[in-house]
Amino acid sequence: MSVYYVQKLMYNLNRDPDLRERFDKDREDVLSLYKLTDEELEALTKPDIGLLYVMGVNGQILMHYAAIFNMPWAEYLRVMEEGLEKHGPVRSGLYVMSESNEK
Amino acid sequence: MSLVYAGMCCHAPGITVRPEQADPELLAGLHAAFDQQRQAIEDAGAEVLVMVSSEHFANFFMDNMPTFSMGIADEYESPIENPDWLKVPKVTIPGSPDLSQRIIGQLLETVDISWAQEWKFDHGLAVPLNFLTPEYKMPIIPVNINCQAPPLTPLHRAWALGKALRQAIDAVPEKVALISTGGTSHWPCTPESGKINLEWDKVLVDQLIHKRKDELLDYKFQQTFIDGGAGAGEMRTSICVAAACEETVGEVLFFEPIPVFATTCVIATFFQG
Ligand SMILES: [Fe+2]
Repeated sequence: MSVYYVQKLMYNLNRDPDLRERFDKDREDVLSLYKLTDEELEALTKPDIGLLYVMGVNGQILMHYAAIFNMPWAEYLRVMEEGLEKHGPVRSGLYVMSESNEK
Repeated sequence: MSLVYAGMCCHAPGITVRPEQADPELLAGLHAAFDQQRQAIEDAGAEVLVMVSSEHFANFFMDNMPTFSMGIADEYESPIENPDWLKVPKVTIPGSPDLSQRIIGQLLETVDISWAQEWKFDHGLAVPLNFLTPEYKMPIIPVNINCQAPPLTPLHRAWALGKALRQAIDAVPEKVALISTGGTSHWPCTPESGKINLEWDKVLVDQLIHKRKDELLDYKFQQTFIDGGAGAGEMRTSICVAAACEETVGEVLFFEPIPVFATTCVIATFFQG
């Protein structure tokens, strides 16, 4: 359930320029506004895009979060692959249904 | 009869973000087809363009996800993405609030559609509008169908929205064009991004053009996800517009897989008044 708030944060960052500015200045301050598990907080802070993907964050939202850190597209795709290798299959959300999720 | 044109087009962000990486011949063909559609909309005398799209968590979120929504605003900001990244201009696009009111009022008789005064267009609208209304003077009414966050809008409900839209549009004096944006296979923003299921796309577009209702409404959620990726859920937008003009056979203006855009790009006419 709580990956919901991870996605809510990303959604808000896309829509609210003031929040985005605050996030750029003090990431921890903005993250403290959301109900997050320790693992989520760590993944968002690093950021560990691969782990966020494995947790079940929708790519259409995750991609924008990666873009905040100026992550090039090729790297975005690579770190998702690495996330799967390191943390195992996607745990929740749409991509649990992917054929590749079982390997 | 106030529906004057209906059709479908594609909205992959790559079309504006990285056109230089596409095969120049394919790109020229896609641009020509967009232009043909733009011309057809203008020649039909359309005064308003209703765009049925699937936005990507730009305005609607899991805190209160509408099955259907329609814009009712005076104007809309576009794009919500960084315009330097999407490479489309940052613009304010006119709406048509009075017409929105009347259409929504009619739709609500049979469809539970939400409506929104605030709506920032994402690439799902900003990319096609860059080609279809390059001057950004044509009033736009956005429509959204939940194609992203399960439980998704059932396909037969998207069909029913199309039927209701047609009835509502035909009841107003304005000349209205109706365009859907999307539905072909793609695996956006995932490790499988770039995959294209061309055979599956061919079948889908053929069904849409011929408005084969039974086949269109028979797609199953999980199998569609496996065959067409998460992006294929956007077929709801085109099923809706196909339903709005079920009586006519459409025409494909462009159908080519463009790998660097990560999908099969399609431009098609569904109805010409
Ligand atoms: Fe899309």
